[in-house]
Amino acid sequence: MEHLTYRHKAKARAPGQKPLAVVGVVASGNLEVLAERVLPDTDCEIAIATSATGFGDVWSAVVADFVERRSPGGLRLSINDGGARPDTVALRLAQAVRSLEDGR
Amino acid sequence: MTETATPGGVSEGGRCGVSWYEASARQRLRLLLDEESFDEFIGPEQRETSPHLGVFDLPEQFDDGMVVGRGRLDGAPVLVAAQEGRFMGGAFGEVHGAKLTGLLRAARDLRTVPVLILFDTGGVRLQEANAGELAIAEIMRALIEARSAGVKVVGLVGGRSGCFGGGGLIAGCCSALAVSEQGRIGVSGPEVIETNRGVEEFDSKDRPLVWRTTGGKHRRLIGGADAFVDDTVDAFRAATLSLLQSASGFSLDMLKNEQARLQERLDRFGTCTDARDVWARQGINDAAAVPGMADDDFVALADRIAEPAHDAR
Repeated sequence: MEHLTYRHKAKARAPGQKPLAVVGVVASGNLEVLAERVLPDTDCEIAIATSATGFGDVWSAVVADFVERRSPGGLRLSINDGGARPDTVALRLAQAVRSLEDGR
Repeated sequence: MTETATPGGVSEGGRCGVSWYEASARQRLRLLLDEESFDEFIGPEQRETSPHLGVFDLPEQFDDGMVVGRGRLDGAPVLVAAQEGRFMGGAFGEVHGAKLTGLLRAARDLRTVPVLILFDTGGVRLQEANAGELAIAEIMRALIEARSAGVKVVGLVGGRSGCFGGGGLIAGCCSALAVSEQGRIGVSGPEVIETNRGVEEFDSKDRPLVWRTTGGKHRRLIGGADAFVDDTVDAFRAATLSLLQSASGFSLDMLKNEQARLQERLDRFGTCTDARDVWARQGINDAAAVPGMADDDFVALADRIAEPAHDAR
């Protein structure tokens, strides 16, 4: 297992009031994302545990792109990864943030 | 019905028509129970993950593939447990099993709140062999204690991993079971039987054979399941409400009746070599047509043919 942690400054607080969401499943080519609203509104932390080692550069790029597009301020996002492709990771991260919005 | 997509692709505009087979454990619970009534125990944020998977360099899941909690069904309180069949085949590990054991012990102490178990499992997680086997034994004991205290325990089987291994044993302890065609129930799976007994005994590549032996229709016809439902959350919800009314209690007489029912089943069908022979002996004229039968037609047939339970199970 490889453990990677990224910390970013976010432009805005993630929308919605829900404190917690979990999306996805740990399976081959898939991942789960646990989103928790536990940080100051300007901060975002993404902690990854992945079974595919040696892809730190790709994770770094996907995470930076996600923070830029979604502004997930205040969130700690914890990932258990079963070897998902970068597009699947981006989809799940986006799902996690949307799931924190009200009425979802 | 709105068409807003939710994680996993299930419409959130109501439960109508949502496939049980395709839904995740969390989606099943959310749609099965009354709206917004689910309250999870030991949620993913508590990170009660497996202590064993790391040894094998395998990824964990924050809920260890088991979601437990309480909710309401038509206004009445229920305790619920749902297995995520896509995480390690829904297999029982130490934490996964302990969450269900704890839920059943709570039900035993409460006495009046029924338990719903949404099975989706291939059996014990091999990486946690001993802990997983012990978990099965503990769950069976806790389930029987809960039933002895007056609690009804209803199992729902319709997930992609079916209900096999220790899961099949636990299902056999339930007050009642609802199954869909996709919801296979057994102990040894097809590949296990073939490996141990040879391809002459059971050809796991013969999919029609596998489905008519382990699938929901056969289980319903021989009395292994009490309700056959189509593959929607709606159908499982309706069946659950009905089974909570009709499920038998738990007593020495009931166990004796169950033993007699199983003995009679063995006497009648013990020499059959194929599910189709069983169905023919039950009086179904065109046994070969059963696997292809539409759900509604099959339910009508099963209600007419299926073995009477005589307050057994």
